[in-house]
Amino acid sequence: MEKREFHIIAETGIHARPATLLVQAASKFGSDVNLEYNGKSVNLKSIMGVMSLGVGQGADVAITAEGDDEKEAIEAIADTMTKEGLAE
Amino acid sequence: MTKTLKGIAASDGIAVAPAYLLVEPDLSFSKDSVSDVDSEVARFKKAVEESTKELEQVRDKAKENLGEDEAQVFDAHLLFLSDPEFTGAIEQEIKGQKINAEAALDETAQKYITIFEGMTDNAYMQERAADVRDVSKRIMAHLLGVMLPDPATIDHEVVVIAHDLTPSDTAQLNKKYVKGFITDIGGRTAHSAIMARSLEIPAVVGTNTITEDVKAGQMVIADGLDGDAIIEPTEDQIKEYNEKGEAFAKQKAEWKKLKNEPSVTADGKHFTIAANIGTPNDMPGVKENGAEAIGLYRTEFLYMNSSDFPTEDEQFDAYKEVIEGMNGKQTIIRTMDIGGDKHLDYWELPDEMNPFLGVRAIRLSLQNKEIFRTQLRALLRASAYGPLGIMFPMIGTLGELRKAKKVLEEEKTSLQEAGVKIGDDLQVGMMIEVPAAAVLADQFAKEVDFFSIGTNDLIQYTMAADRGNDNISYLYQPYNPSVLRLIKHTIDGAHENGIWVGMCGEAAGDNVMFPILLSMGLDEYSMSATSILRIRSLMKKINTEDIKELANEACYVSETFADNEKLVKETLSKLGIEA
Repeated sequence: MEKREFHIIAETGIHARPATLLVQAASKFGSDVNLEYNGKSVNLKSIMGVMSLGVGQGADVAITAEGDDEKEAIEAIADTMTKEGLAE
Repeated sequence: MTKTLKGIAASDGIAVAPAYLLVEPDLSFSKDSVSDVDSEVARFKKAVEESTKELEQVRDKAKENLGEDEAQVFDAHLLFLSDPEFTGAIEQEIKGQKINAEAALDETAQKYITIFEGMTDNAYMQERAADVRDVSKRIMAHLLGVMLPDPATIDHEVVVIAHDLTPSDTAQLNKKYVKGFITDIGGRTAHSAIMARSLEIPAVVGTNTITEDVKAGQMVIADGLDGDAIIEPTEDQIKEYNEKGEAFAKQKAEWKKLKNEPSVTADGKHFTIAANIGTPNDMPGVKENGAEAIGLYRTEFLYMNSSDFPTEDEQFDAYKEVIEGMNGKQTIIRTMDIGGDKHLDYWELPDEMNPFLGVRAIRLSLQNKEIFRTQLRALLRASAYGPLGIMFPMIGTLGELRKAKKVLEEEKTSLQEAGVKIGDDLQVGMMIEVPAAAVLADQFAKEVDFFSIGTNDLIQYTMAADRGNDNISYLYQPYNPSVLRLIKHTIDGAHENGIWVGMCGEAAGDNVMFPILLSMGLDEYSMSATSILRIRSLMKKINTEDIKELANEACYVSETFADNEKLVKETLSKLGIEA
């Protein structure tokens, strides 16, 4: 299992467009990808799951991936996070 | 079979085209238990697949017809459709509870809608509840085997038929192909009517039954000049109405020539014809129709089209844009008219028995002074960019007026002390729409620079008739002598005290009302931009000497609404004036 932590810096948190982009990135991989925040874990391939977490600016989140392409999945998501100015 | 429905003429012009029914199908279902859950899950998956295919088509069409921005909403919908948690939860419901797909879909969607709507500190998430609702509707339609209308896919000329048109419906309509509207409900001031006038397409509203009487694709005529809707017209009728439409287009072209002409009567007297606007986006219409001022800028849209209170700077930018755009001509900006039928998602107001008689407009501003002060500061700062009139709505007593003026003075002083420039030609005025204020107009006139008569509310409060209630729409009587006496009394009170008085309701642009108002000596006529040139053309034909007695006859001889309609028509026709 791959795991990486992120500190969210985007003003709107993970809402709207950023949420959409993360879900799209995660959906490209076969691995199970989850987003953990505040003691809760949701499927990162689910837009509703991600949105219902209500991740705001300044939040610390963790992404986990488990499966054949877990490494690539985590890389792609980390890439989206930094490219879109979501997290550092 | 040809059938004619009588409705309300809401926007000028004639449209002849096939009907497009923007009507939601019946999506009701019963909750049933199922024994073969696997085939029920398969049925659900098929509906999702069909919905996805359909949405992809709608998105592509929308991109092509309306542009990238309007198509984005469909991308969001597609993401919901492919959400494994959402569709997975529905499949689990079907299997676990052994219920039909319709019931499982409805229950799961409701669960998410409740979560999203519950995020009251987050307007964005609340809006997503609408997305879930839309997506569920589409799956439901496929489960039930009915078709949802997709106005974004319209790619040929149509007349749109609807029960009513909401702002989100109209956002999806391609202006190029929509030739007209016909609706079941609504009046001249309904959203659909205002929308049609700003798009300059013909509309007939309030036909009651058009959605039941017409089938998709049937030929229809929308006569927005006389308020008729004709279903399956004869060849002769089509020819006749096409000619009527052409004649109207010709007349409109004639009016367009008056764009840069001043508004003067046949005997050379000048009166101001101004435009009503809701947002800076309305400015092109103001210019194309040659408005001599803005008589009413309704600021509530700034609040309504926002997910939180607009900041002082956001307001300042909007006001400044309009004021500068007028190049030295006056702009009258009304402070927010929230309450009544206008609500904000982010501002919970107490439920009231009679919202139109409750805490609305200036009453709300005076009870929430910080929100009021923010708006006044933005207005005062914007006054440096051109002649501005600040106008308070719904003033009923001198006490209210004085309180509002005091807050304005305080903000002005504090801004000036901070070195902010305030315009030299700033005027302060009030709406006359509460009958109590109309009766005491002479006293109010001593404390303001101008009046603007708001006819919609003045009529509704004078006649004690809710203007949104179709069952008593007969009481909405602009020409009733009681209403006219209040208007005349207001104008006289203003002039005796040396201030100017305008009107910013639809009545100012009405062919029957206009000659009466002109006879009363009203100074400024503010209306939908699209009415300006028609009224300017009418004004040019009228000699004020010829209609000197009209005001008195309308107020003191006529007894009814109908008397006055007849009086004006006869007066004009005697003078050889076609209105």
